[in-house]
Amino acid sequence: MSKLVYGRRRLFGIGTAGLSSLVLTGCNQFDFLDESGDRVRAFLAKANDVTYFAQRLLLGRDALAREYSETEIRQGQRPNGSTDPEAEDYVALKAKDFVDFRLTVTGLVERPRDYSLAELRNMPSRTQITRHDCVEGWSCIAKWTGTPLSIVLDEARLKPAARYLVFHCYDSLDAGLTGPIRYYESCDLIDARHPQTILAYGLNNQPLPVANGAPIRVRIERALGYKQPKYVHTVEAVDSFARFGRGKGGFWEDLGYDWYAGI
Amino acid sequence: MQQDHHAGQEPLGRLIYRQSIWTRVTHWLWAICLFFLLLSGLQIFNAHPTLYVGQQSGFAFDNAVLRIDAIDTPSGPRGRTTIFGRSFDTTGVLGVSGTAEQPQFGGFPPALTIPSFQDLATGRVVHFFFAWLLVATLLVWLCAGLLNGHILRDLTPTAADLSNLPRDVAEHARFRFRHGRSYNVLQKFAYCAVLFVLLPLMVLTGLAMSPGMDAAWPWLIELLGGRQTARTIHFLTMTLLVLFFVVHVAMVLAAGPLNELRSMITGWYRTDPKPGANGEIEP
Repeated sequence: MSKLVYGRRRLFGIGTAGLSSLVLTGCNQFDFLDESGDRVRAFLAKANDVTYFAQRLLLGRDALAREYSETEIRQGQRPNGSTDPEAEDYVALKAKDFVDFRLTVTGLVERPRDYSLAELRNMPSRTQITRHDCVEGWSCIAKWTGTPLSIVLDEARLKPAARYLVFHCYDSLDAGLTGPIRYYESCDLIDARHPQTILAYGLNNQPLPVANGAPIRVRIERALGYKQPKYVHTVEAVDSFARFGRGKGGFWEDLGYDWYAGI
Repeated sequence: MQQDHHAGQEPLGRLIYRQSIWTRVTHWLWAICLFFLLLSGLQIFNAHPTLYVGQQSGFAFDNAVLRIDAIDTPSGPRGRTTIFGRSFDTTGVLGVSGTAEQPQFGGFPPALTIPSFQDLATGRVVHFFFAWLLVATLLVWLCAGLLNGHILRDLTPTAADLSNLPRDVAEHARFRFRHGRSYNVLQKFAYCAVLFVLLPLMVLTGLAMSPGMDAAWPWLIELLGGRQTARTIHFLTMTLLVLFFVVHVAMVLAAGPLNELRSMITGWYRTDPKPGANGEIEP
């Protein structure tokens, strides 16, 4: 018995030391994975493609994000990211309460055109109370009102070559060598034509506040928060988003976040 | 394989082929997956180190059950962990870690996250890769285990197991282990809990946090009590898996690490000599 106790203690010691060194090296042994060109990272990131295909298979085109009741709106929509863009063109529009604002629909469309805020507000609208899920982990329930994007796309008539929409925004979260990097996002045509995908101009029965993306914010309700671009001025239909930013399809995607953002 | 020729003073038991290739490969894949899932998961948690109950996170109201943050005090920054409204000073581990000269702010310390610095994007890349690998491994194990009889034969507690339960508990409490062909009843309970409760719960609560999956399977989030509750259960289940890991490794060390490791690497396991060294009869 005493031999057993000795062995046990010694082995506990060895085991604890081994485990703690394993855990302690866990800290920076894998730091190389943050480099965007790293091969191991690129391999691991293929799992995001699997997620995209699996969810597209399970989701169906029109499965709706859960909608909530009025009583579940218990707070204002938490602003995150840009909350007051400083770009001159945006500041000028804001000063005149966005009367000069135009949403441009362009790219691979038969009939490019632009819309004033009043025009968008006069089109059929959709209101939905949905849960906004930030990639950081928090959630917030709010009521969004806007023009279904599919109506705008039907008017513009997408060319057959169009595969994605790119949303160009006024705000910038980061500065590059040639000036501020403007926020942009993109989505596939399934998300673009989803019934809950709207060009939102209203939040909780009020005009969309500047902190939440005034005058127009895109809502793609089956995706995380960074997929809901604020301060959108242009919707561009493209066959590839390789030529924008670093080619990953969005501001955060260029910094290593997954493009699909469904989980 | 009947007897080792370099046997020592004590008679050695028989070597038996105990763990199939399916059990061994899936065991080590899980070990690798859970290591990376834990450390990348803590990285993701650190992006917003607060847990809530319900659908949403209370910013204008309080539905937090766990919050890790840092507060300024006259003697410098202190780490604070608040559980159900009760605050604890966790400086050095949670909230604030590192040295007084170079404090590190954040939920869990850099030693417990991948990467060591705040990098949510990379944490997510690592987490979802190993999440898929874990699910694939679970499915392979389930199919193999049903087909080759491992689950029914080795893991399902029998009536005899249940009547042995008090004796088994007493033997564990005295760190006395019997080495036979089959698992003892506490092992069966523990392995079944991990494989049929904790790991599936981990996968389901993980999926429930996906806005895409919430549209595909609306029942999932209802079942779990809301997205933020799912996130909290995901975290709690993680702590139970860590607890299992600690006990599991302790039991391996106490029961004879070389023999236990050999059986999980080569499949071959040395049983107690008959009759047992302590005069016990093998079941």
